[in-house]
Amino acid sequence: MHEFMHPKQIQNKFLTPGVITLIALALNGLAFLAIRFFWGLGAVTNLDNQHPWGIWIAVDVAVGVALAAGGFTSAALGHIMHKESYHIIVRPALLTALLGYTFVAMGVAVDLGRYYDIWHVMLPPNWNGNSALFEVGMCVMIYLSVLYIEFLPIVCERFIGKVNLPGILARLNRPLDRLLIALDRGLNKTMFIFLIAGVVLSCLHQSSLGTLMIIAGPKMHPLWQTPVLPLLFLLSAISVGFPMVIFESLLASRSFRLKPEMDILSRLGNIMPPLLGIYLAFKIGDMVIRESFVYLNTFSVESVSFVLEILIGFVIPLRIFLSRSLSRTPYGLFIASSLVILGVIMNRVNNFLIAYNPPFAEKAYYPSIGEISVTIGLIAIEILLYRTFVKIFPIISLPGISTKKAKYTIRGMAK
Amino acid sequence: MKNISRRSFFKNSVLISAAALSSSSTAKAASNEPLSEERFGVLVDTTVCIGCRRCEWACKDAHQLENQPVHSYDNRSVLQTKRRPDEKALTVVNEYENLKDNSKPIDVKVQCMHCDHPACVSACIVSAFKKKENGAVIWNGSRCIGCRYCMVACPFQIPAYEYNKAVEPEVKKCDFCYDRLLKDKLPACVEICPAEAITFGKRIDLIGVARNKLKLYPERYFHHVFGESEVGGTSWLYLAGRNFEEIGFPKLGKSPAPGVSESIQHGLFAYFVPPIALYALLGGIMWLNKRKEHSETED
Repeated sequence: MHEFMHPKQIQNKFLTPGVITLIALALNGLAFLAIRFFWGLGAVTNLDNQHPWGIWIAVDVAVGVALAAGGFTSAALGHIMHKESYHIIVRPALLTALLGYTFVAMGVAVDLGRYYDIWHVMLPPNWNGNSALFEVGMCVMIYLSVLYIEFLPIVCERFIGKVNLPGILARLNRPLDRLLIALDRGLNKTMFIFLIAGVVLSCLHQSSLGTLMIIAGPKMHPLWQTPVLPLLFLLSAISVGFPMVIFESLLASRSFRLKPEMDILSRLGNIMPPLLGIYLAFKIGDMVIRESFVYLNTFSVESVSFVLEILIGFVIPLRIFLSRSLSRTPYGLFIASSLVILGVIMNRVNNFLIAYNPPFAEKAYYPSIGEISVTIGLIAIEILLYRTFVKIFPIISLPGISTKKAKYTIRGMAK
Repeated sequence: MKNISRRSFFKNSVLISAAALSSSSTAKAASNEPLSEERFGVLVDTTVCIGCRRCEWACKDAHQLENQPVHSYDNRSVLQTKRRPDEKALTVVNEYENLKDNSKPIDVKVQCMHCDHPACVSACIVSAFKKKENGAVIWNGSRCIGCRYCMVACPFQIPAYEYNKAVEPEVKKCDFCYDRLLKDKLPACVEICPAEAITFGKRIDLIGVARNKLKLYPERYFHHVFGESEVGGTSWLYLAGRNFEEIGFPKLGKSPAPGVSESIQHGLFAYFVPPIALYALLGGIMWLNKRKEHSETED
């Protein structure tokens, strides 16, 4: 008898000191956002004609997309490889991806000068197949829809037979219930289409995110400017997927006082050395082939950032994941995963900000208090929403409870 | 388990890198309107420019930008600092020291170069930029969503942005006086130039004029026509008495700025074959794994 997932709603108290801090950070961010929307980007950001993109793109969008990679890597492992023992990680990873991409979209909207015109991207006369940004935009929009579809069965599972609208709306209870049942049945049969589409769309836009900066040509430091950037972005996104799952699972167990799922998590950790190894091979191989290592001889912000990114984010965690003793402890796994996450954050920030040296810049770009506040505020809201969702929907599996196995992890009631 | 995941992972990455490589050999920048042989250009001879900045005045006048009376442009103290075109001035003149003759400083007019293979056109997410048949690269405000990717892409760092507008901020850059060209008028800066430092004409003719000048006065000029081949050629061309890199021009190669990125894009999306192949591959793996598991449970 296998032990299969049994996700439950989390019953813990919502308001904790941590949550109150998050709410304060969120409000602070929203205050600066109000300034941005009433007085324009210039009132809040340090952006100028030399530095058109700041941390709202580098962190909110580029890092956001990379760290949401847990969604597609765990979907690939759980559904496409069909490893049922990993099913307990699929729902939390799906929720993270769902919220992550929702906030990527919000981050883009905050940064766009004409956010209200974002739908222009979808009009066929405006399509530009040459533009990497167009491809990223389209893929992210479609993938976000796919993620919501993948989440629907969880909504069905939660509310089938339990639809209970108040007052006059109570009349809609039965039709709504029937609708949910029909939706659940339909999705149960077609979910594989969306699952595969999600993985394909992710591979496409994760790599195209790397293509974005290639057009900046000589404005980008040669340590990062390479035609294999799309491949490096894809490989690093795949590398950061499972560390994100491990990181979150350990944090959630601690926050909700559950026993960490060490069995599954250390098995995920065992997949990490080949993933990190392949990324490092391409990253260093590219440096050797292009002979860009000559730039490491000079002591500069770029060379130091480049070395730190590789050492902290990839080499050290690779060593920890390879160690049999360390990778079996929650602390070892947590530290190694955190380092990979930090490394990918550094890599994206390096690619979009540190490596970008506009030819006529009189001063360097540093994010303003407002930009930092908005970025932190958005992340705080995202964490608050995660906490709310796991209390409303059955996402996190409680350890030690076995249940029947399901066709898809993200199935509802349909048999 | 590990083997399968690793193998398929390899397949995906090989697939994508192969797609990227297969097309990079035929790297060519695509542009959406064919370039006319007759397209216009402007030749700026910085050795003739006197730094009167009348072009700055005329440009603002022609584009209904906030302007000062024309005589205020006689104030040469502005030339002490290096300026860049921005959302309030689409062209500016910068002054550099003349190493050959200190009494005649080098004045360089800066504006959009109107590339033959423009990075902004290639990058724009909503095709708001167009390279017109007559050579002008223009921005269509009704499409723009304000993502500022054009500014990231431009090798000359020209497009400027109205950061302080909350609603309908615009990307601002020289438009080659496109509306005036359609009415058979000269660009405003060319028309006003009292020193005849800027010459308007067919680009192909102007290259001939420039080469001829280099041949006739080799001691007057640094032997190079800037813009003839930079980033695949630009509509605006420059002559100078000093190395261009020392007078505010970026060092650029000859291949079009969007070349590499476009060939990667087209490689990854060649008739949608790579995405569909990846979809089929993943579908196949999923089906095999499910069937294997099914037969295992039956045994």
